[in-house]
Amino acid sequence: MAETVLVKGNEAIAMGAIEAGCRFYFGYPITPQNDIPEYMSKHLPGTGGTFIQAESEIASINMLLGAGATGARAMTSSSSPGISLKQEGISYLCGSQIPGVIVNMSRSGPGLGGISPSQGDYFQATRGGGHGDYRTIVLAPHSVQENYDLTMKAFDLSDKYRNPVLILGDALLGQMKEPLKKHSYRKKEYSKDWILTGTKGRRPRLLKSLYLSEGELTDHNWLLYKKYKRMKCEIMFETQFLEGAKLIVVAFGSVARIIKTSIQMVRDRGMKVGLFRPITLFPFPYDALEKISLSIKNFMAVELNTGQMVEDLKLAVGHKKNQVDFYGRPPGSIPSPDELYNEVKKVYKKRIG
Amino acid sequence: MKQVFKRPEALVDVPFHFCPGCHHGIVHRLVAECIDRYGLREKTIGVASVGCSVFLYDYIDVDVVEAPHGRAPAVATGVKRACPDNFVFTYQGDGDLAAIGTAEIIHAANRGERLTVVFVNNTVFGMTGGQMAPTTMAGQETTTTPFGRQTDTNGFPIKMAELLSQLPGTTFIARAAVNTPKNLMRAKKLLRKAFEVQTENQGFGFVEFLSACPTNWKMSPEQANKRVGEEMIPYFPLGIFKGELK
Amino acid sequence: MAAIEFIEERCKGCGLCVIACPKELLKVSSHLNRAGYPVSTIEDMDACTGCALCAEMCPDVVITVFK
Repeated sequence: MAETVLVKGNEAIAMGAIEAGCRFYFGYPITPQNDIPEYMSKHLPGTGGTFIQAESEIASINMLLGAGATGARAMTSSSSPGISLKQEGISYLCGSQIPGVIVNMSRSGPGLGGISPSQGDYFQATRGGGHGDYRTIVLAPHSVQENYDLTMKAFDLSDKYRNPVLILGDALLGQMKEPLKKHSYRKKEYSKDWILTGTKGRRPRLLKSLYLSEGELTDHNWLLYKKYKRMKCEIMFETQFLEGAKLIVVAFGSVARIIKTSIQMVRDRGMKVGLFRPITLFPFPYDALEKISLSIKNFMAVELNTGQMVEDLKLAVGHKKNQVDFYGRPPGSIPSPDELYNEVKKVYKKRIG
Repeated sequence: MKQVFKRPEALVDVPFHFCPGCHHGIVHRLVAECIDRYGLREKTIGVASVGCSVFLYDYIDVDVVEAPHGRAPAVATGVKRACPDNFVFTYQGDGDLAAIGTAEIIHAANRGERLTVVFVNNTVFGMTGGQMAPTTMAGQETTTTPFGRQTDTNGFPIKMAELLSQLPGTTFIARAAVNTPKNLMRAKKLLRKAFEVQTENQGFGFVEFLSACPTNWKMSPEQANKRVGEEMIPYFPLGIFKGELK
Repeated sequence: MAAIEFIEERCKGCGLCVIACPKELLKVSSHLNRAGYPVSTIEDMDACTGCALCAEMCPDVVITVFK
């Protein structure tokens, strides 16, 4: 079924989800991700699945919690303000160790902000986002194909770790159309000895996040912490032109694909610039960047915000020892490859000459 | 002699954490009796809420998922849609269902979800120490209405059974009380019906239980039971607001 | 002929069984259980009809009824 189709990024997410066995979708309209609920409402019923347009983002995430508790593969999607509303439920999913896939085709804030692409939700996505000491796996696609592939992967990771997985895209990745090579998916089976199905032939099961006895919650938090540590083996990133590079540009998601063109432009002019693109934002590829920093001393983060991922980059490469520059573009306009070319060139001239 | 009253099998044999005279214990037992009656113990998935009823999972011997405050009807929607052959119920207090969870209960009811909702209305936030609930009576003193609930500034006690009965999606909506043997026997029948509308795949069933909270009302259990009859029932009339007993 | 049994340790002395009994046979005694609650007792078991209303009204499922 290696069929190639021209689809929107949002549709690719929905297609990947259905291919990965997602049979429950709960959502609430918000621009710029409406193609996802629209696609699901059209195609899920034919697979025997269920689509519910909920009364709110809060209800959607809690429906996901309920379906996830029974072992079903379920997804919800939204965009920044809606994702803020889902944070309560995401915290409960983590605390109760219930899987589920949450898509944030982020728009811009703060507040109602706007509908243009932004990466202003990086902190919210990678630091848990809601209350309590927890993390979600965060996948950051940068193409329509990756929207599709990483959505499939998200369901596996979510089941594997009994933890919600967040897909962090933005208006650009949701709205653009690209060729997508469809492919079949082999579902990985994970033990589901915790799901609620009724007690026939076994003791009752309980999914909860309330732990009141002395020391119980401490143990629970350490257990979750160990799980987050184990997730390090899932780290994914892409690199280009590391060999001999004197400056490494670090960028994820939509801006990473713009900067790929800019890097080609600076390299055409003889500047030795490489690219490091984190694909998992949590867990963040600290170790890989640290290793690179042993031989390359100059880094530059480029983001569609005023500086969020750059903090992780600084943690990774030790900004006292190495130079970390930053170019940020808050929402409202998208930088062109030419503009980013100029910004990279400026840093290159300043640091390397 | 034959045993004519015993603990239902679906009720775990442990002491309740509830205060003396609290009606939660009675309502828990009625739920367990229905689970036994319809042979649902092995196919029930309960949804616990936040408040005094959060420990539902310690008492009812079935699979349970704990919902965030007010969200039980949304969680239950997800459970039931994924497992339509299971019996799914929520058990919620008045803060949970009628304040923070108003949107979730209205829309689950309006969608006609095949759920059974047990709603315990004791006119107060119990677990948090006796603050005003959406169902607090006019003039009732609570820790956040120290001069009594003023309806001009705090609004009026919400009549959830009446409100939900207006929704075309609902199938059976009733209000019961367990303050007297007579009311309790009637309550049993109403709860059974709310179970049956789900087991027979007819639709959404809801029973509101007027309940006593002697601790936060600062009354003896006996006084609290009297208050249910003298103050609550006149404002929150008992009966069936949607559907009928057959 | 009827009999009722109390699981004394579960009784919280709320007295709802007392007001439930149509024959007014029950009372909360001065005897305390291990939790410190005064527990319910029946004064005249022979007069009990086994109607079970005390058990129905008990919030703590303390009472078992035989008939």
